[in-house]
Amino acid sequence: MENTVNAIELRGVTKRFGEVVANDRISMTLRKGEILSILGENGSGKTTLMNMLSGIYFPDEGEILVNGEEAMIRSPKDAFALGIGMIHQHFKLINILTAAQNIILGLQGPQKLNMKKITDDINALTEKYGFDLDPDMKIYDMSVSQKQTVEIVKVLYRGADILILDEPTAVLTPQETQRLFDVLRNMRSAGKSIIIITHKLNEVMEISDRVTVLRKGRYIDTVETKDTNEQKLTEMMVGEHITLDIDRTEVEETHRRIDVRGLTVRNREGLRVLENVSFIARSGQILGIAGISGSGQKELLESIAGLQHVDSGQILYRAPDGSVKELTTMTPKQIYDMNIRLSFVPEDRLGMGLVGSMDLTGNMMVRSYKKGKGFLTDRKAPKELAQDIVDKLEVATPGITTPVRNLSGGNVQKVLVGREISSSPKVLMVAYPVRGLDINSAFAIYRLLNDQKEKGAAVICVGEDLDVLIQLCDRILVLSEGTVAGIVDARETTKEELGMLMTSGRHTAGENMQKEASRG
Amino acid sequence: MAEVKTRKVIHMVRRGGISKTKAWAIRLIAAFLSLIVCAFVIVGITGQNPVAVYAGIISGAVGSGRRAWVTVREMVTLLVIAVGLTPAFKMKFWNLGGEGQILIGGAATAAVMIYLGPVLQDWLLFIIILIVSALSGMLWGLLPAFFKAHFNTNESLFTLMMNYVAMQIVTFCIVLWENPKGSNHVGVINQKTKAGWFPSFTGQDYMIDVILVTVITVLVFAYLRYTKQGYELQVVGESVNTARYAGIDVRRVIVRTMMISSAICGIAGAIIVAGASHTISTATAGGRGFTAIIVAWMSQFNPFAMVLVSSFLTFMQEGSIQIASQYGLNENASDIITGILLFFMIGCEFFIRYRIEITTAVVSNAKEEK
Repeated sequence: MENTVNAIELRGVTKRFGEVVANDRISMTLRKGEILSILGENGSGKTTLMNMLSGIYFPDEGEILVNGEEAMIRSPKDAFALGIGMIHQHFKLINILTAAQNIILGLQGPQKLNMKKITDDINALTEKYGFDLDPDMKIYDMSVSQKQTVEIVKVLYRGADILILDEPTAVLTPQETQRLFDVLRNMRSAGKSIIIITHKLNEVMEISDRVTVLRKGRYIDTVETKDTNEQKLTEMMVGEHITLDIDRTEVEETHRRIDVRGLTVRNREGLRVLENVSFIARSGQILGIAGISGSGQKELLESIAGLQHVDSGQILYRAPDGSVKELTTMTPKQIYDMNIRLSFVPEDRLGMGLVGSMDLTGNMMVRSYKKGKGFLTDRKAPKELAQDIVDKLEVATPGITTPVRNLSGGNVQKVLVGREISSSPKVLMVAYPVRGLDINSAFAIYRLLNDQKEKGAAVICVGEDLDVLIQLCDRILVLSEGTVAGIVDARETTKEELGMLMTSGRHTAGENMQKEASRG
Repeated sequence: MAEVKTRKVIHMVRRGGISKTKAWAIRLIAAFLSLIVCAFVIVGITGQNPVAVYAGIISGAVGSGRRAWVTVREMVTLLVIAVGLTPAFKMKFWNLGGEGQILIGGAATAAVMIYLGPVLQDWLLFIIILIVSALSGMLWGLLPAFFKAHFNTNESLFTLMMNYVAMQIVTFCIVLWENPKGSNHVGVINQKTKAGWFPSFTGQDYMIDVILVTVITVLVFAYLRYTKQGYELQVVGESVNTARYAGIDVRRVIVRTMMISSAICGIAGAIIVAGASHTISTATAGGRGFTAIIVAWMSQFNPFAMVLVSSFLTFMQEGSIQIASQYGLNENASDIITGILLFFMIGCEFFIRYRIEITTAVVSNAKEEK
């Protein structure tokens, strides 16, 4: 009896946002005691579907059955009553409270809380599934992976039998991912049913029993993991055959282009986000930057672009003609006025690189509006550039007068990258260039980066997918808590080595720096 | 097994996008509905035939040459304030201080008329009035802009508070300038000499107002659309980070834009005082600094749409003033009319962004068990 009833069954569930159909008549099942991966590209409707299970959205059509009974999930509270708990990509924790306080937050309790008993209960839970968690630790003292643990325990403490994890490994190092997977396996043995949303194929193969693939809001198929492989899954996900290898072109002649020496940057609170960072970026090479998110990647690129106040250290630009210019205290305008062709694709595309409400032409003008005569702007050249980018990079847009915020993530990125490479940059910095992009767009971007490298640009690429960085880059700099944990040759390194460096912390950093100094 | 029931559920669904024609059709329907509701209200109060009431409104607004010109005068005044607020709003600087900037511009105009009126020639007075009113309005906008740019103070509160300061200053000026003594009113300034009054042009008293406002409207439109500064302020409004990325000096743009915006509001004060009322009181701005915000918003900051919106509002306002006197109602009647109009015109924006859908949802008993 127990095995015949599905933990969750969806029948023809549809959700629309305006004209956009996010989920189109999706039917699928989650069996009891299994780990099911939901695989799909960004925008394929994975998160929307799960949000309907956790009570954040309400389906427009279709039925949801939980444990064989028809259920109406109108709020997260309803979801919890049915034993469904979701761990969101962005944690919803209160920083100044302890883990235990966060876990019981919002629960009905007695007038006087018995924290001792609560702590014991939490400890019993963590022991049962093999979590590593101190209930009395404050959230602000925790690493990302510890925060995620709190979120999972919070859901278990509320008695959830069905857990939904939205991209849980996106923020974890390879080692942390392994620990999470161990815990998930323990939970499966204890009879919990687990859905994990992801787009990383190797993880799908490793952790799940079955895989459900979505594409463009539609259900494609569900397969047993043991009967499939990464290539087959990709084809189901994308709908066509594609090769998964990134070419790394070899450039013979490379020159020093950017020297960063002893760079130290403090944030608004006065904490050091970058400490004594030194490296060299060479023309004709792609320098990858790896690290747990928030290790100082953003500040590093913004320092070079002139958007960050630098406390100490030097940033030098070596022009192809041999002259050396110091960029340390320059503003973006000064860099532009000095005719240094430095391009930057920031992480927050619509918040920093582009103007969402403006059309493509207006966004081209971000870089060139000063070129107009006197008081007036020139719209003609930017308009031609916009049309050119649309044609060359195959941007899917109704026209160049469409506001960029109406474009999809991949097309927004193409517009931004297209603009930044249009000036034939000598230095090209990109942060998470393929985040949110479908596979085809991602490969188009990798090709563009390689093109620029061949044309002699010094490319600096901050990435999160270590597999990609290893395939794409020439050298990889690993940041750990704002320090350089190491700079490795991408041809020789492994994911595990990078993972170790990412979490190495400060004590080993100095040692690696020495090595780099003696090498370079 | 739970018993399955269904029931109708009302959904608010966000629209993916809406065509311009459809959006304007919705606005038109809203305007039409507001007229119907206004009719009911007026009939409810006066007991008159609504057709007669609307005839009264039309007659009140454009029934005679004189009335039509008053309506035009009020319309251009509202328009110039809305146009003035637009650069600041495009920069997402919420200037709620139009009222104060108008008052200060008006007070400066009155001062020029009173102190320099008897001394200087008319053409010189006209130019000095424009300059002085613009400068004083600018000063009123400069303060909050400076603090916003350098200390990131909240501009809405700051500009709002500046309105009260302006009002107190005007109260003080009234004491200084009251005429006749003890009346607590300034009275009509230079009634005999008409010194400082905007001259009549082509035989019309308010022609200068119309020309001034037309020029300002076209200039602001061109400024926003074709100049580097206009581009910069729109980038700043959308994202300060993108502006910095593009090498824009954000502080300078905030201060500069607000100076332009408040200077125009100051000139609006001159248009009211020297071009229309020829007196100054704390009611000189008369809430137009706020009504203009709605005009600007509803027009999506398009100066030419503002012409339409401000015409409609003024037409109804002037018309209902006529109704009020015709049927012996007090002046609040016109406020009620304006209120109803604004309610519909702002409310219809909801239907432009969302669509209402009625769908059938399954209600099971499984939930009630708990």
